[in-house]
Formats: sequence, C-alpha cells, structure tokens
Amino acid sequence: MVRVPVPAISHPPKSLRRNHKRHLKERIIELLLFLAASFSVFITFAIIYLLISESLVFFEHVSLWDFLTDTQWTPLFDDAHYGILPLVSGTAVSSLVALAIALPFGTIIAIYLSEFAPFAVREIAKPFLELLGGIPTVVYGYFALLFVTPMLQTIFPNLPGFSLLSAGLVMGIMIIPYVSSMTEDAMRSVPMHLREGSYAIGATRFQTAAKVVMPASLSGIAAAYILGISRAVGETMVVAIAAGMQPNLVWNPMEPAATITTYIVQVSLGDLPHGSVGYQTIFAAGLTLLLLTLIFNILGHLLRKRFREVY
Amino acid sequence: MNNTNNINEIRTIIARHKRWDLLALVAGIIALMIAVLTFIALFGNMVIDGMPRLTWEFFTSFPSRKPEIAGILSAWVGTTLVMLVTAVAAVPLGVAAGVYLEEYAPKNFITEIIEINVTNLAGVPSIIYGLLALGLFVYQLGLGQSILAAGLTLALLILPIVIVATREAIRSIPVTIREGAYALGATKWQTVADHVLPYSAAGILTGIIIGLARAIGETAPIITIGALTFIAFLPPSPVQDQFPFLSFEWLMEPFTVMPIQMFNWISRPQEAFQHNAAAAGLVLVLMTLLMNGLAIYLRYHLRKKIKW
Repeated sequence: MVRVPVPAISHPPKSLRRNHKRHLKERIIELLLFLAASFSVFITFAIIYLLISESLVFFEHVSLWDFLTDTQWTPLFDDAHYGILPLVSGTAVSSLVALAIALPFGTIIAIYLSEFAPFAVREIAKPFLELLGGIPTVVYGYFALLFVTPMLQTIFPNLPGFSLLSAGLVMGIMIIPYVSSMTEDAMRSVPMHLREGSYAIGATRFQTAAKVVMPASLSGIAAAYILGISRAVGETMVVAIAAGMQPNLVWNPMEPAATITTYIVQVSLGDLPHGSVGYQTIFAAGLTLLLLTLIFNILGHLLRKRFREVY
Repeated sequence: MNNTNNINEIRTIIARHKRWDLLALVAGIIALMIAVLTFIALFGNMVIDGMPRLTWEFFTSFPSRKPEIAGILSAWVGTTLVMLVTAVAAVPLGVAAGVYLEEYAPKNFITEIIEINVTNLAGVPSIIYGLLALGLFVYQLGLGQSILAAGLTLALLILPIVIVATREAIRSIPVTIREGAYALGATKWQTVADHVLPYSAAGILTGIIIGLARAIGETAPIITIGALTFIAFLPPSPVQDQFPFLSFEWLMEPFTVMPIQMFNWISRPQEAFQHNAAAAGLVLVLMTLLMNGLAIYLRYHLRKKIKW
C-alpha cells in the first residue's frame, strides 16, 4: 500500500488570511450604499415635515373649518377668504375631463396593441407612445392655449380664451401614453394559455380581451387608471397656461378656473415675502394636493391587492 | 328543418361576434391614429409658428423686450448648467441606492420601507418637489434662486427614475456571473464594481437619459422656487483660462431655463412673442425627443445584442 504523503497542515499564507483592512472597506462601502438608499426616505420625511409645519402656521390664522367650507379663495385680496373648495373644484373638473379622454382611449389602444396588433405595429407604436409621453408639459400647455382653444371656439363660439375644457382635453391626451402602456403591460402579462383556452372554445379576439384578459389583469389596469388620475390631479403647466388663474367655484368645464397647482404657480410668479400668510397658503394648498394624490395611491394599492390574480 | 334553423342561428351569432371583433379592431386603430394625429398637429403647429424664428441669432441672443431680436442664449446655457448639477447629484445617489436595494439589502422591514417609499416618491406631483425645494434649499439652506438649488430640485425629482432603472438593469444580470466572481475570491464590492456595474452600465445609462429628458422639460418646480424669468446675462464660465481653471461661481448665480423662457413668452399677449415660444418649444421638444430616442435605441439595441 502506497501512502500518499499528507501535506502538513499549516496556517494559510498571510495574503489569504481574513484581511481586516479589506473587510473594513467592504463594510464602509455597504454603509455608504445604505445611506444613499435611505436618502429617499429622508426626502419623503422632508416633504411631509415641510408641508405640515408651514401649514400649521397657516392654520393658526385660518380655521380648518373655514378652509374646508368657505366658497371663496382670495388670500391675496384685502378681504381675504381662504376656502380651498374653488381650487378643488377646478382640479376636479379639469381632471374629470382629462380622464374622460385618457381612460377610454388608453384602454382601447392597450387592447389593440396587446390583443390585435401585428408585431411590427406594436414595435413601432410602443416607442412612439413613449416619445409622446416624454414631451414637456409646458409644450402641451402651448398646444392647449394656441391650438386646441381656438379650434374649440369654432365649435363652441362662447368658449372663453381660458377654459378647463381645453386644458382638460390636452391633459387627457398627454396622459394617454401612461395609461395605455401600463394597461398593455398588465394585459400582456396574462399567460398565453388563458387566451388559447378562450380561442379554443370559439371566442373572438375581442371576446377574449374583454372577458378573459381584462378581468385577469384587473389589478394592473386599476393601477394604471390610478396613476392616470394622480397625474391629472397633480398636473401643473397645462392648466396654468390654458385654464386661467382665477379661482372659481364652478362645475362647468366651459369656464376658466384655477386648480390647486395653478394657484401655487401664480403665487410663485409674484414675489411674496417669506413667512407671510400668502407664502404659507401655497404650502396648505400643496398639503391638500399631496393628500389627494396619497388617497389615490392608497386606493390603487388596495385595488391591486383586492384583484390580484396569481398564475 | 329544425336543424337548418339552428345552423342559421349559429351563423348569425358568429357573424355578430365577428362584427364586434372588427369594430374593436377599427376602434383600436382609430384611437392610435388620433394619438398620432395629435402629435402631428402639436408638432406641425409649432413648426409653422416657430420655424421662421429659428435662426442662428435666436440661439445667440438674450431675451429682450422686442420679440424680433429676443433669443434663448441664457435659457439654453442655464438648462445645460442645471442639467450638469442634476446629473452630478442624481446619478451617484440613484445608482448607489439601486445597487444597495438589488445587491446588498437584506429582506427586512427597513428594506421594505425604502422600496415602498421609492415607488411612492415617483407618484408625487412635481410641483410638490418645488415646494420642498422652496422651503429647504432656497430658505433653510440659503441657496437662493440659484443654479445649484434648481439642479438639486430636479435631482430629487428624477432620483426614483434612476433608482428604478438601475435596479432593472442589475436584475437582468444572471446570478452565475456573481457566483463566478465569488468563486475566484472576489469580495462583494469587487463583484459589484468589476462585474455587475460594467455589465449593466448601458441599461443604467438608458434610465439616466430618460430621467434627464424628464428634468429638461420640468417647469413647475423651477417656477415654485421663484426662478427669475428675465435673465439677460450669462453666469461666469465654469472653465477659466487662469489657474485653477475651474470656477464654481456659476453655481450660485440666478438663471433661466428653456421651459421657463417658453412659459414666459406664452404668457405675453403679443403674437410675436408666441412665435418665439413656438420656436423655443420646438428646440425643447427636439432635445427631449433626441434624448428619449437615444434611450429607446439603446434599450432595443441592448436587448438584441446581449445573450447570457
């Protein structure tokens, strides 16, 4: 029997031993990366802290009840009223007009691209829609004021130069790409065998889309709609340019009216002294806006949980 | 007899379903066409109004009270400098956060908070970032209405975009690459720095370009920090001919950017200014289209080339 010589066990050479310097460097890098990631949490806290602290000062001057029920918003006048309702109504009307365009069109485009369109069309249409979504909002504002409004005035001669209708329409067009691309992603993630099952029992493509694919991707579609809503509510430049800056408690889209975002822009364009009540109003308006979008985001989260289908 | 009736009935039903199918197809094509037509109207309208103003002088002149000699010199210089600050701030921070969440983060409560938070930040309206910047950068940190304040504001705004893009790019790298590196004795950071990051660089770059394209067109947060709209001078040049050759004075200077200049011209009553707005809008749209186009090209190109 041949004995294989066993090498004597010795400590590994120094270069292979646990290197403390190297270990320390790894830990420091990990810490730095962690700090970078936590920075986003810091941003959220900074936003919440700032909006709430400035709004608290505002609510020392104005009671919450007046803020929520007064029907006039005239903080910059001598006879100052601080009712958020006119701004909320402007936001609601312009958003509703926008959604009336964006949700149906976005959904139809998504159904077409996901269930009907040949590969080549989809490969061209998707990047095109993405480009459309990348156009700056100020450009859409220009388009609303100087193209859509004059065009609408030939149909409705009484339409004023600024209106919620034309701002809302253009906003709707602007949001179509977001809604359609998210809806399409949701529909395409439905597994192919569900469609094949539907085709096998003789359903058409439209029936398959409406009765199989859309119910199965409802959570994703709901998320897309919610994203569309919160974009419409938070949109600033289109309404600031095309809907006018006058706070107006109206429910008629043919009228001009300011939204929450428009008001913030209007105040920022003038120079209000830091610390004045006028300065704090924009933070109270901002807090209202943030709460509105937060409600929609939470709603979206719940809808997604409620309708989630797992394959 | 009954049988033929039945068959006819079935044929009618099939025909009806096929009609609906055709209707849906036509509706889809029409909806897509409307989107295309809107884009053509938007672009065509701006070309008609703005093209005559797009001369060399338009790029080399300051804004002016006289519309026919006004230009966008201070605006495009301002946009370039603000974007520089935005990129320098957002890229390292966003990529580092993406790397942490994808490669380092343990599955625990804190990680979940950070992830939910990034998703939520992406949904916050841009004007809210403007309010944050107004309170934090302009007043509490005392940066004033400077290029630095504007650049940092936009950096916060695009941070979620960069983080999400980084995560997606890193996630697409197979785990075998990492295992190979570990097997050769590389540390975690060596694996990330020498393998994961270089291989996902193009994907990360795509996200950065999309983020910057978004930042270039953002108007609302810049208005909110109170940026002046009439700037007829340039900030001091970052590059000097004397030692130390670099100067950072420009960071604290007042500025204007392309979308602000355009907004300013839109809100004036004279038609000649609106032609200037169209010309500025055209430049702005071309800039964002080029950047987004580059990003889309990169992504498609990558998808075809890389096979793990």
